[in-house]
Amino acid sequence: MDSYQETIFKLKRFWAKHGCVIQEPYDIEVGAGTMCPETFLRVLGPKPYSVAYVQPSRRPADGRYGENPNRLYKHSQLQVILKPAPANVLDLYLESLEAIGIKLDQHDLKFEEDNWESPTLGAWGIGWQVMMDGQEITQFTYFQQCGGVDLDLVPAELTYGLERLIGFLQDRKSVYDIEWVAGTTYRDVRFRDEQQFSVYNFEKADVGMLWKLFDLHEAESQRLIDEFRGLDPEKDAHEKKRFPLLSAYDHVLNCSHTFNLLDARGAISVTERVGVIARVRKLAVGVATSWVDQQNLLNAVEVAQ
Amino acid sequence: MSETKPFLLELGVEEIPHWMIVPALGDMERLFQELCQTHQLVPGELKFDGTPRRLVLRAAGLPERQADRVELVMGPPKSAGAGAAMGFAKKNGVSVEELSTEVTPKGEYFAVSRKIEGREVRQILAEALPALISKIPWPKAMYWTGKGGTTFIRPIRWIVAMLGDSVVEFELAGVKSGTLSRGHRRMGSDEIAFDHTNYEERLEKNGVILSAAKRRKRIQDGIKKLLKGKGLELIADDSLLDDLVYLTEYPTPILGSFNPEFLALPQEVLSTVMRHHQRYFTMRDGEGKMAPHFLAIMNMKADKKGYVVKGNERVLEARFNDARFFWDQDQSRKLADRVEDLANVTFQAKLGSYKDKRLGVEAGVCRIAGALNLDTRLARRAAELCKTDLMTEMVKELTELQGVMGGLYAKVQGEPDEVWKAIYEHYEPASMESEVPSSDYGKILSIADKLDSLEGCFALGMIPSGSKDPLGLRRAAQGIVKTIVEGRLRMNLRKLVNEGAEETNRTFLRIRSDYKEDRAADGELKLAKQIWEFLLDRVRYYFREVRHYAYDELAAVLAAGPVDLVDIESRLYALKQVRQTEEFEPLAAAFKRMRNILKQAGWQSGTVNPALLEEGAERELFDETTRVLAKVAVYRQSEDYMASLNVISSLKPAVDHFFDKILVNAPDPAVRDNRLALLGGLYNEVSSIADFSEIVTSSTTE
Repeated sequence: MDSYQETIFKLKRFWAKHGCVIQEPYDIEVGAGTMCPETFLRVLGPKPYSVAYVQPSRRPADGRYGENPNRLYKHSQLQVILKPAPANVLDLYLESLEAIGIKLDQHDLKFEEDNWESPTLGAWGIGWQVMMDGQEITQFTYFQQCGGVDLDLVPAELTYGLERLIGFLQDRKSVYDIEWVAGTTYRDVRFRDEQQFSVYNFEKADVGMLWKLFDLHEAESQRLIDEFRGLDPEKDAHEKKRFPLLSAYDHVLNCSHTFNLLDARGAISVTERVGVIARVRKLAVGVATSWVDQQNLLNAVEVAQ
Repeated sequence: MSETKPFLLELGVEEIPHWMIVPALGDMERLFQELCQTHQLVPGELKFDGTPRRLVLRAAGLPERQADRVELVMGPPKSAGAGAAMGFAKKNGVSVEELSTEVTPKGEYFAVSRKIEGREVRQILAEALPALISKIPWPKAMYWTGKGGTTFIRPIRWIVAMLGDSVVEFELAGVKSGTLSRGHRRMGSDEIAFDHTNYEERLEKNGVILSAAKRRKRIQDGIKKLLKGKGLELIADDSLLDDLVYLTEYPTPILGSFNPEFLALPQEVLSTVMRHHQRYFTMRDGEGKMAPHFLAIMNMKADKKGYVVKGNERVLEARFNDARFFWDQDQSRKLADRVEDLANVTFQAKLGSYKDKRLGVEAGVCRIAGALNLDTRLARRAAELCKTDLMTEMVKELTELQGVMGGLYAKVQGEPDEVWKAIYEHYEPASMESEVPSSDYGKILSIADKLDSLEGCFALGMIPSGSKDPLGLRRAAQGIVKTIVEGRLRMNLRKLVNEGAEETNRTFLRIRSDYKEDRAADGELKLAKQIWEFLLDRVRYYFREVRHYAYDELAAVLAAGPVDLVDIESRLYALKQVRQTEEFEPLAAAFKRMRNILKQAGWQSGTVNPALLEEGAERELFDETTRVLAKVAVYRQSEDYMASLNVISSLKPAVDHFFDKILVNAPDPAVRDNRLALLGGLYNEVSSIADFSEIVTSSTTE
């Protein structure tokens, strides 16, 4: 039996062998690996790119104080982007399962329809949840749109839910019993996170302060987007090509996480909710479309050269 | 006619959602028939099969070539003379002698018959198939080769197109057609050579059972074998079986079990987890109680090492553990203590939260309870609590248990039987096929809930149009109609709609800036009229499509303006019966005649003066009418429509005689008005049961 970290090493090695850049987790709180710029921005535009990374994904409302054996505030996803998706992408995926010791002739696998949509990111895709012996182990998506923009190349996104997958491989009834490495369990590493962040998210987070943060991040992101849009593609070409859209996007991520915190705290009323989601979406779409413009400027230079 | 050859098209696709496969095969059939028709091909017997990974079309015998055809090419008119004929012949490469003369309405014309050679069918298919494949409609298609590329339900990865033994060459989305098929993802080869006689056999060797019927049989036989001698009885679930047939290429059932301790959880929870979330069949033991076992269907031949059973058991146990955790946790806070939290749950983005909804439902259910002489306190309590389960962990996780969980929690928390049962079943009937709530309070809560949705949405202009009905308002209205009729609730629905609309109007005027009051000239809210019309539409649909009454029967009964749906059913039933008697049809025709006469004369009202009656046919009709209407009045007291209509039918000889002998349009205006009053009185009386003139008769000439 492989440990939690050994399985992760094997998956990373597998995808490295198939041409993926191996990235480290993004260092801002996100709800899913999809939101990292390595996915959200890189899938835009005509340039091929393949990448894999583990992303701790924080969903404040899902926290259970460490008391529920299957539910976590912060779970880990191994996110793989193959842009464009090769024709044998599903075969590759099956090979990756073999690479972590799953004997495919001894297990039942089904691909069940499960399309993905994120209203806050203006993104959607078509795909499946992959079921092994009745357990969902991976989410597979062919992206179609991101930030409201139709994608030039269609990427495949594979998201392995690591706790579920490895809990399954190690035959654990609770994620906390997963062996992280010999002698150390998931509980040893993560229990305090679950407990303390649940206490903070549900009981202690300062709602007024969070709203202030939300407004600040929103304003900063919007200011940058507006400034970028105001630049002339010819006169300000230099400035436009080096403009910090990545920073604008970091502020979008901060908005999104702050929204999730407010939501978990029960601070967003029904009538406000739709409006707040629309505010985050506006920023995400703003950055995405600006990013596409910037990429086009940069590509035009490349083509010219 | 040339020799025919078998044709096979196999589209290899990444896993197609199971529920789309059968409709897609239907579309393929339609498109292929169209193709054959366009190209004058007779394809022989057609077969269509589908699995998650392939859509297959087989035609028993397509000709190698199209049949040759002869086409007539028209030339100049004969009157144009020999020169023109020569030019025409030359242009068509024939001699003047070969020209024929065709007679048309415009005169005689030169013409020449030209033979058109039939084309190679292989070539026709190669040109037409890519378009045929692209034209298969899907509920939600995707592109995968890049922006602007081919769209399909999932990426197409291989195409087999074989006429006889050789390929029909074409390319679609970068995939070239070939003659090699592929097997099961994990149990088959990726290069399967075959011919038309051994196709299914070769696929089966490679882990694919092509025929859905055979997959279904394999599941059923496998289940029988597994259950033999175990004292377990499968709880049949045809829709689950359908799903599994189209989720697998090689289905094999396995039997698993779970810790009997979990049987302490409500059975509704266990079966929802097993059937809806895990796609397992559930079972009963010899005593009819749920057994701690499940049947899962694998997409492979055998579970040799038992890992699949073990894995599924493990997953189920985790899910049941979750459910138990939710059940316990949800008990820590009573439903009654959650009522205020409803403000935090969205009912509908524009309408607002479930708090507003709850208040609307409460008011509505009390009105209905009042109309039916039920206890308004119990009704109000059920309405107050009915949405609170939306905030329980169990319903957040197992959303399909909304209502059911509320009922179960209310029961445990000591609410009266009427209350918890009403909550339990207030989402019913979920469809035309499902049962209406069984308890009185369940029925009225279900109606009040749905009526409240109609009121709120209609008030804000969210009215379904065409096929668009995102909020399911048609289904809601249909549920109201079905519940009232099948639940036999006697009430004035029109009045309830009015009162509900008035209340919504008052509330919205008070709390919403985006709402304006809108009343018709008669002072009634347009909102009430709209809702009533919408419900009537569902009434028509229900009695026509579900209860199979004829269009004109409904028109006749609804023309009488009834407002009680149970009463409408009684009238329809009586009308349908009486309609089959001999007297009825001529009588209906006579009533149509009366209507026309009254309409032409512009008759409004009046009473008969017996002194002005002519002896004979007129007097006879008056006497008969008086006699019959007196009886009808008695029968209607007990709502005996059958007897009423029967006795009305007995008027036929008198009516016939009247029209035979009497001229209504008499020269003396007083006599004429008296006759109109006689007919008008009879017509109005009868039409208040059902307007016979709406009935389409074989003698109807309008």
